[in-house]
Amino acid sequence: MIQPEIIEELRQIVGPQNIQTDATDIYTYGYDASPEYYHEPDVVIAPANKAEIIEVLAICRREQLPIVARGSGSNLSGGTVPIAGGIVMTFTRMNQILEFDQQNLTLTVEPGVITKAINQYTASAGLFFPPDPGSMQISTIGGNISENSGGLRALKYGVTKDYVLGLEVVLANGMVVETGGKLTKDVAGLDLTQLMVGSEGTLGIITKAILKLMPIPEANKTMIATYRSMEAAAQSVSDIIAAKIIPATMEFLDQVTIKAVEDFAHVGLPTEAAAMLLIQQDGHPREIDADIATIEKICRQGDAIDVQVAKDEAEGAKLMAARRTALSALARVKPTTVLEDATVPRSEIAPLVKFINDTAKKYKLYIGTFGHAGDGNMHPTCLTDLRDKDEMKRVHLAFDEIYRKTIELGGTVTGEHGVGLAKLAYLPWKLGASGMWADAAIKAALDPDNILNPQKLYGRSEVAVHD
Amino acid sequence: MTKRSSDHEIQQAFDTQMNRDKLLQCMRCGFCLSTCPTYIASGFKESHSPRGRIALMLAVANGQKEPDEDFYRTIETCLDCRACEAVCPSGVQYGELIETAKQILIDHHKQGVKEKVIRSLTVRGLFPHPGRLNFMADFVTFYQRSGLQKLTHLLHIMSLFPASLRAMEAVLPDVRAYKKPVDIRPFAADFPEKKTYRVAFFEGCLMGSMFQHVNSTSKVLLQLAGCDVISPAKQICCGALSDHSGEKALAREMAKKNIAVFEAEKIDFIVNNAGGCEAELLEYPRLLADDPEWVPRAKAFSAKVKDVTQILTLTGFDQLALQMPPTKITYQDSCHQQNVFGVAQEPRQLLQAIQGVTLIEMEERVGCCGSGGIYNMVEPTAANHILDLKMAKITALSGVQRIITANPGCFMQMRLGVKRAGIDEQVQVQSITDFLLDAVNYTRTQNQQAIIAVQNS
Ligand SMILES: Cc1cc2nc3c(=O)[nH]c(=O)nc-3n(C[C@H](O)[C@H](O)[C@H](O)COP(=O)(O)OP(=O)(O)OC[C@H]3O[C@@H](n4cnc5c(N)ncnc54)[C@H](O)[C@@H]3O)c2cc1C
Repeated sequence: MIQPEIIEELRQIVGPQNIQTDATDIYTYGYDASPEYYHEPDVVIAPANKAEIIEVLAICRREQLPIVARGSGSNLSGGTVPIAGGIVMTFTRMNQILEFDQQNLTLTVEPGVITKAINQYTASAGLFFPPDPGSMQISTIGGNISENSGGLRALKYGVTKDYVLGLEVVLANGMVVETGGKLTKDVAGLDLTQLMVGSEGTLGIITKAILKLMPIPEANKTMIATYRSMEAAAQSVSDIIAAKIIPATMEFLDQVTIKAVEDFAHVGLPTEAAAMLLIQQDGHPREIDADIATIEKICRQGDAIDVQVAKDEAEGAKLMAARRTALSALARVKPTTVLEDATVPRSEIAPLVKFINDTAKKYKLYIGTFGHAGDGNMHPTCLTDLRDKDEMKRVHLAFDEIYRKTIELGGTVTGEHGVGLAKLAYLPWKLGASGMWADAAIKAALDPDNILNPQKLYGRSEVAVHD
Repeated sequence: MTKRSSDHEIQQAFDTQMNRDKLLQCMRCGFCLSTCPTYIASGFKESHSPRGRIALMLAVANGQKEPDEDFYRTIETCLDCRACEAVCPSGVQYGELIETAKQILIDHHKQGVKEKVIRSLTVRGLFPHPGRLNFMADFVTFYQRSGLQKLTHLLHIMSLFPASLRAMEAVLPDVRAYKKPVDIRPFAADFPEKKTYRVAFFEGCLMGSMFQHVNSTSKVLLQLAGCDVISPAKQICCGALSDHSGEKALAREMAKKNIAVFEAEKIDFIVNNAGGCEAELLEYPRLLADDPEWVPRAKAFSAKVKDVTQILTLTGFDQLALQMPPTKITYQDSCHQQNVFGVAQEPRQLLQAIQGVTLIEMEERVGCCGSGGIYNMVEPTAANHILDLKMAKITALSGVQRIITANPGCFMQMRLGVKRAGIDEQVQVQSITDFLLDAVNYTRTQNQQAIIAVQNS
C-alpha cells in the first residue's frame, strides 16, 4: 500500500483535480480490453507535461513504486493492468496536436491524442496517417506507438513504426531523450525511436511524437470474393501478391465469422462459403481499375464462388463496414470474447486456419477467425464464458496448441496486439533464450529499478486472473 | 418514511437483480468513451464512463467492490443518453443495465430529497395524468398571458423551486403562441396531395400539452404529405419518464394501455416526433417481455412506430422543392431518437432538400445536450457543464442562425444554452417541424408572388 505522504506529494505535483484515489475511481483503472486480467492501482494521475512526469518518476525510483502508462486502455494483452499496483498515469491532459508541418509532411503530437483525431485534423490538407487499428476511434497515439499497432492498411502502408519519425521520452532515471526528428535519413547513434516503438511502456514515458503523413490516395475501389475452401482463398492471396499487386487491404473471414456477420447484419453473405476475401485498392483511378480487374481474374481462376466489385466508393465503404462488424458480430454470440493474434507468413494462412478449426473442434470451442490476410495476421476469436472454469481451461489449452503451430509455421505469438501479460508464457517460443536475454538486458539497462510497467513483456511472471 | 438501506442491502440487490450475462457482454474495448458526455464532463474519469460503470456494476454485484457514495454518484449522473449503445461493437444493452441500477438505488432510497420532490412532481403526479398536464399547460398559458410571468420574476416566487426548475422556467415554451389550432387548408392548395398512409398520431404527454403546437405542426406536415391523420383519444403518456427513472411497474401499465388503444385502429403507422417517446414505444416488447400474452401485441405495436421525419421522407416530402431565404442552420439530434430509435438521416435529408438552407454539422455531432429526460432538473450542475461544452461546439460554427432540434427536451435545453452562451439574440432555437412549416409558408408566398408576377407581365 502506498503511503498517504506519497499521495500528498503526487497531489502537489499534478494538482488536486488530476489525481484519483477513491475506491470507486481507482477500481476502474484495473482492467483493459483483455478479458482475464485485473489488478487495482493505488492511485491514478494525469500529468500536464514532462516536467511533472520527471518529478513523478523521481518519487517512483525513491519509493520503488511501479508506474503504468495508460492511453485508453484498449489494448488486448493486459498491457495496462497495474499488476503490481502503484501508479497509473493517463494522458488525458496531454492530448494536443502541437505542430502540423506541411513542408515536411509531419505532425507533432502529445501522447494522449486520439488516433482518429489525427486523420480528422490532416484530411482537409489532403494528408493522412496510415496506421488504422480497428480501435482507432478511441486508441491514443501513445498506446499505438507503444504497441506498434497495425491495422487494415498494413499490407501496403506498413504499421505504426513506419510512421514514427521521432519521439520525446522521459526515461526511468528522469533524463529526457529526443530521438529522431523530421528526417527521412538519420543514422546518428542507435535507432532509439524504433527501440521505443512497441516497448509497451516498459522503457520510458513517451511525451511527444513526430509522425509521418502521406498524401491521401486519389481514389479507391473495393471488392469481395467468396470461396468453397479456405485453401482456395489463401491461394488467391498468394497469387495476387505473386502478380505483383499490393492491395491496400486484403482481409480474410472464415465461415464461422461469415455466418456470425450474416446473422447479425443480414447483408446477404453466402453462409455456405468456407471463406471470404475483402480487397481494397487505392491510388490513381486508372491503376486501380487495372489492379482490380487483374485481382478479379485471379480470384475467378482461383475457384471463387462469386466475385463482386463495388460500383462506387460508397458501396465499397459499405463492404468495408461489413468487415468491421466481424468482431461485433462474433462478440455478441457469448459473454466473453478472447481476441487472439496469431501471425504466420502469408503462404501459411490456410494451414493455420485449418489447424485453428480442428483445435476448436477438439476442445469443443467456438472460434471464428478473421484477419489481415495480406499480412498473414489472423485473429482467431474465441467466444466463451469467463465463469465457465472448465471451458476457460480448454480455451487456454487450445491456444497453447495454436501458438505452437503458429511458431512451427514460421510465425509469431503476436502480430500487433503486444505481449503484455497475455503472451508472456509464449514469448520464449519466439525469442529463444538468447532473445529473452537480450531483451532483459536492455530493460535492465534503461530501467534498473524496474518501475516502468513491471512484469510485462520480458518473461514469465505470476499472473492474477480476474474471476 | 423508510430509512435508508444499508450498503449491504444494496449490494445484495445488485447481486440478485443485475443481469450478469449482459454485464459480461462488455469486452471493455472503450469505444464508448469518446461518446459519453459525463466521461468528458468529468475530465475523463473512467468511473464516469459507460465502460467504468459496467465494470463497477459487475464488481458490486459480485461482491468484489463495496458500493459507496462515489458509486451511487456515478450511477446517478449517467444521462441515459445511450450514445454508448450506438457505438458499442458488442451490443451491450447499457440502457437496461443502468436503469436497473438506478431502480435499485430508488428502491433503497439512495436519492436526495430534491430528486424525490421533482420525481413526485413529474413522474408520479403529472405525466401519467394528461388532464393534469393539460392543466399545467393551461396554467403556463395563463401564467404567461396574465403578465404574472413578469410579476413572479419580480417577486421571486420561483425561488420556492429548486434552482434548476427556475432555470428551466426561464426557457419554457411560449404556450400562448402555440395553442392556436393550425389549419392545413391554406397550404394544401399549393402542394400536390395524394392519399398515402393512414397514420395515428401518438401525442405524448409533454408534446400533447406544453408542446401541443409541435404536434399540430407535425400533423399539418403529414397531411401535406398526403396522410390521413387520426389521434386516438384514449392514448396516454408513453411511460418513458417512469421507465427511465426506475418506475417499471407503472411504465408497464402505461404500455399496455397504449397498445390496447392503438390496436383498435386501422392504421399503417403510429407517428410521433419526440425521440424519448419513440425509443420507449420501441422498447415496449422488452418492457413487457415477462408477459407472454403481451409480447406479440407489443411487437406488432412497436413495428408500426415511426418518426414524423421518416413518414415525410417516405412520402416524398423532400421532393416538394421547398425554399427559404439563405439560412445557416445546425441540427441537434435527440439522443434517444438517434441512438435508440435509429433516426438521424431523415431529418437531415428533409432539411438539406430545402433550397437556401445550409446545414452545418457540429464537430462530433453525436452528443447529448445535457437535457436527458429530467436529468437537467436532477443534476443541474452536471447538465449545465455538459450544455456549455455543447454550446462551445455551436459557437465554433460561424454564422449559424438557427439551431434545429428534434425533441422538446433538447429544445428547452438549447434555449437555455443560447441564453447561457449569450447568443440568444443572434441564434434562434426551433423544432424541426416548425422549421419545415416555415419553409412551406415561405415557398407558398414565393409561389404566389411568382404567379402574380406572371399575371402582371
Ligand atoms: C476492438 C479492438 C480492435 C483493435 N484492433 C487493432 C488492430 O486492428 N490493430 C492493432 O494493432 N491493434 C488493435 N487493437 C489493440 C491495440 O493495441 C490498441 O487498441 C491500441 O494500440 C492501444 O491504444 P490505447 O491508447 O488504448 O493504449 P493502452 O491500451 O492504454 O496502452 C497500450 C500500451 O501502451 C503503453 N502506453 C500508453 N501510453 C504511453 C505513453 N505515453 N508512454 C509510454 N507507454 C505508453 C501502455 O503502458 C501499454 O503498454 C484493438 C483493440 C480493440 C479493443
